[in-house]
Amino acid sequence: MYPDDLGYTSEHEWVRADGDHWLVGITAYAQEELGDVVYVELPTPGESFAAGDEFGTVESVKAVSPLYVPMSGEILEVNEELEAQPELINEEPYAAGWMIRLAASDPSERDALLDAQAYQQFVNELRA
Amino acid sequence: MTDEPLIYDLSSPGRRGVHSPLPQFDPVDPGDVLPSSELRTDLPLPEASEIDVMRHFLRLSHKNHSVDTAMYPLGSCTMKYNPKVNEVTARTPGLADIHPYQPPETAQGALELIYELEALLASITGFPAVSTQPAAGSQGELCGLLSILAWHESRAETRTQVLVPDSAHGTNPATGTMSGLEVISLPTADDGGIDLQNLKESLGPGVAAIMLTLPSTLGLFERRIAEVVELVHAAGAQVYCDGANMNAMLGRVRPADLGIDVMHLNLHKTFSTPHGGGGPGAGALAVQAHLEPFLPEPRVVRKGDTFALAEPSPTSIGRVHSHLGNFGNLVRAYTFIRSLGAEGLREAADDAVLNANYLRASLSDDYDLPYDRTCMHEVVLAGTRQRRLGVRTLDIAKRLIDYGIHPPTIYFPIIVDEALMIEPTETESRESLDNFIDVMRRIAREAESDPDKLHDAPVNAPVRRLDEVTANRRPNVRRVPESGD
Amino acid sequence: MSYAPNTDADRAAMLRTVGVESIDDLFVDIPVQHRDPTLDLPPALPETDVIRHLGQLGALNATSDDLPSFLGAGFYRHFVPALVDQQLLRSEWYTAYTPYQPEMAQGTLQAMYEFQSLVCDLTGMEVSNASLYDGASALAEAILLCRGLTRRPRVVIAETVHPAYRDVATTYTSALDVDLQVVPAASRDGSSVRPNIESLVEAIDDQTSCVVIQRPDFLGMVVDTDPIVQAARRHGARVVVVVGDPVSLGLLVPPGDLGADIVVGELRSLAGPPAYGGPGAGMFAVKSQLIRRVPGRIAGRTVDLDGKDAFVLTLQTREQHIRRERATSNITTNQALVTLGATISLSALGRRGLREIAEQSLTAAHHAAEALAGAGAVIATDAPYFNEFAVHAPEGAAARLDRLRRDGNVLAGVDLSCVSPRFDDLILVAATELTTASDVEALAAAWARSR
Repeated sequence: MYPDDLGYTSEHEWVRADGDHWLVGITAYAQEELGDVVYVELPTPGESFAAGDEFGTVESVKAVSPLYVPMSGEILEVNEELEAQPELINEEPYAAGWMIRLAASDPSERDALLDAQAYQQFVNELRA
Repeated sequence: MTDEPLIYDLSSPGRRGVHSPLPQFDPVDPGDVLPSSELRTDLPLPEASEIDVMRHFLRLSHKNHSVDTAMYPLGSCTMKYNPKVNEVTARTPGLADIHPYQPPETAQGALELIYELEALLASITGFPAVSTQPAAGSQGELCGLLSILAWHESRAETRTQVLVPDSAHGTNPATGTMSGLEVISLPTADDGGIDLQNLKESLGPGVAAIMLTLPSTLGLFERRIAEVVELVHAAGAQVYCDGANMNAMLGRVRPADLGIDVMHLNLHKTFSTPHGGGGPGAGALAVQAHLEPFLPEPRVVRKGDTFALAEPSPTSIGRVHSHLGNFGNLVRAYTFIRSLGAEGLREAADDAVLNANYLRASLSDDYDLPYDRTCMHEVVLAGTRQRRLGVRTLDIAKRLIDYGIHPPTIYFPIIVDEALMIEPTETESRESLDNFIDVMRRIAREAESDPDKLHDAPVNAPVRRLDEVTANRRPNVRRVPESGD
Repeated sequence: MSYAPNTDADRAAMLRTVGVESIDDLFVDIPVQHRDPTLDLPPALPETDVIRHLGQLGALNATSDDLPSFLGAGFYRHFVPALVDQQLLRSEWYTAYTPYQPEMAQGTLQAMYEFQSLVCDLTGMEVSNASLYDGASALAEAILLCRGLTRRPRVVIAETVHPAYRDVATTYTSALDVDLQVVPAASRDGSSVRPNIESLVEAIDDQTSCVVIQRPDFLGMVVDTDPIVQAARRHGARVVVVVGDPVSLGLLVPPGDLGADIVVGELRSLAGPPAYGGPGAGMFAVKSQLIRRVPGRIAGRTVDLDGKDAFVLTLQTREQHIRRERATSNITTNQALVTLGATISLSALGRRGLREIAEQSLTAAHHAAEALAGAGAVIATDAPYFNEFAVHAPEGAAARLDRLRRDGNVLAGVDLSCVSPRFDDLILVAATELTTASDVEALAAAWARSR
């Protein structure tokens, strides 16, 4: 449900190291809560964000949720597949459903994120 | 295929519907007076006969539910009976076939009607000044907030925040944003009213106004209104009232008397200009004297026995409409108020409130009632008990369709889980309400005994539940012409 | 009287169920000192009397039957087929509301979809919403869309855009960081007036979010927009086109083909008489890449559980009821009934009918100009025009219009000082397919007499 190699935020984003860069998406819990994702609005490569900034929105039929960057940095690439196939976020949240590729300005920010176990616990509390 | 094809599918080359007028002049060839590069070569409109067009739209109309079909208890929308006389007066040639820019000397009746309607609305609400220019409630809200900002500015104050209770309609926070304000959400207290402690903490020198809905979207009158107004004024801010629910207050209280500074009215709700399948509405704005200089212009003024448009005012927030608003709807609202008079309006409020309380009392055994107190013109129930049975409020709503009743507003206000917001209005009879109660009870039983009946509903409507996910993922919002079409 | 059906016996029984003694007991949350005010209203009128009273008010207004009228300026008297109003009087249309429950609103939803399709076909655009309040607020919303899209502060708006639309756009953006720059897009040369494209082209820069032009423009002129579109493209600005009279689209190249990113306009004249300016219906159409930024309601086509084609409100996450303070527009309703009228009208007129009334409008205007010139008037418009043109009134437009009405019994047009004080000697004259030869004779005769 929550892969061990990812870092998690309490806003339900995940981050994964990918070479020198970082991939960001939303968790299985987040996509389940949203229901069928119909649209995702992503930034333009080249834009920079500080950790915790809003970088886009994800939409279901009746809800819009903001997306926050887990780590500061510059957007290198966005997942353009999602424009035609937003359902990838529901189907493969940790793989084909990734959203942005980031060049982190301070990789140590990764250490402040939740690990899989802590995130699982957090989700359990939300569900209780 | 749908049951009813698109109008384009009824088209046949060379067929025509209506005929244009007989030529009055020797025709001028467009190519002689306009460059050929400015003329279009194709005009891909349908070509259908008059009878086909008439039948097409008649058959489409049959797929709609309406107030004149059966009960339509859509909370917050005041779906009351639309008197037919309103449609007659609005079509009076002297009130319909008049041009907005004809000289005021030739439009005295229209100006008088607007002037008198503004005076009637002033009497009903207690505010000294009213503008009927806003085309809808949301435009009234924008004018109201801009007027408040202009007033602050006239006192050399800059305020950048607006407080909006979390029970508010979405238009309130959206209007705050359009007015350049930071929107601060106020949580609702346990009794459904405003939390005074929280209000005190939220009020500061940066707050321009609070926008509150009265009665609230929970259908409750704010019992602490006097304290709220006092606190807000003490902080130098203004009280904006969303008047969508004025129907509950007609003749029972004038909002201006409560110290409210500005309020908009939805004439299509309270004063029964029809809803038209989703507009046009009309959204009058009523203000206290200190805000009058900022009302939208042009304003209609009386000079002796004649009526005129006032000169431009340097303090006005400006125009929000090309002329004087949705005049056709003003004629209907004026007709409605003149037809009912003071007693009739009060009777409307009384019956609207009694009807809602009758539903509350009759349904509270079968549905949860999150705020168990006397309500005003609408009652908010919750489908939380049914949710435990695996039935959602959406299912209850869809099952109502099978019984021929329009569902209430659902999942709003957003602070109530599984909300069912029911506004019967004054024009439903006791028998009609009893039928609704009976159906709602039956649905509560079905939720227990046969929940799939609710999950599968509706089965008696022209279509079953729709695939909204695909509609949103891959929007098809127009008929795409076939190649060679 | 009210329209409430309950009798006192009903009320008594219902009060028992509620558990209170009187209706007064339901209002106890209202502060006691403010409860039950006396409303100062005139006595109630039965149906017969209220009809008579409204008829008397109506009789104080001059209709186009009373005075030949050449008023246009965004509100045109066009032929609206009889079946339109027969439909608009159907309860299923006018006593329904927004189609929140699509299963019992397929009529309204399909009509919205057909409306959107017709608007796209007329304008050459790819996406239309189900309408906004009116043409003026549609322009304001277009400007807000471009601001959100480009995050640039400047808006270049031609002076020849409807002045009331410009005013409404100013009001809508007054609290936001938007700099509306009105550019003189028409120049005077003695008694005449002609387009001035260069000033618009020069005004567009890298801080411009959009350029707004009208077509035909407020003076009736049909101007080559290509240099403006090219300049906008060079600077990354969007192009907003206001359609002056929707009937012109029966003849003119659609704005979508000219490179417009957003097309707005007022559709009232397709649905009914001017009704003193409202309710109207604001057209709003865009290119497909802007679909998720469009304000207002949009109907979409989909299927139901059985795979049957059906219609539903779609992309609702754009709207205020979901997005709340994050919404860029607070618009709630559309103008469904007016757009329904326009949809039926366009369907009944069809391809040939719309083109014919457009040609007849153009014909009537050019004959009116010729007749005025024959009566000694100087036609000021020095450019191709559709159904509206400017006439020179050396003594001032206001004074001349007043005399034409008092002495000549015609409403000859609109005083163009509303565009700019530079135009206070110009009168805007409009004609349509409903303008008769005798109207034109009356206008020419009145002009000759008033000189």
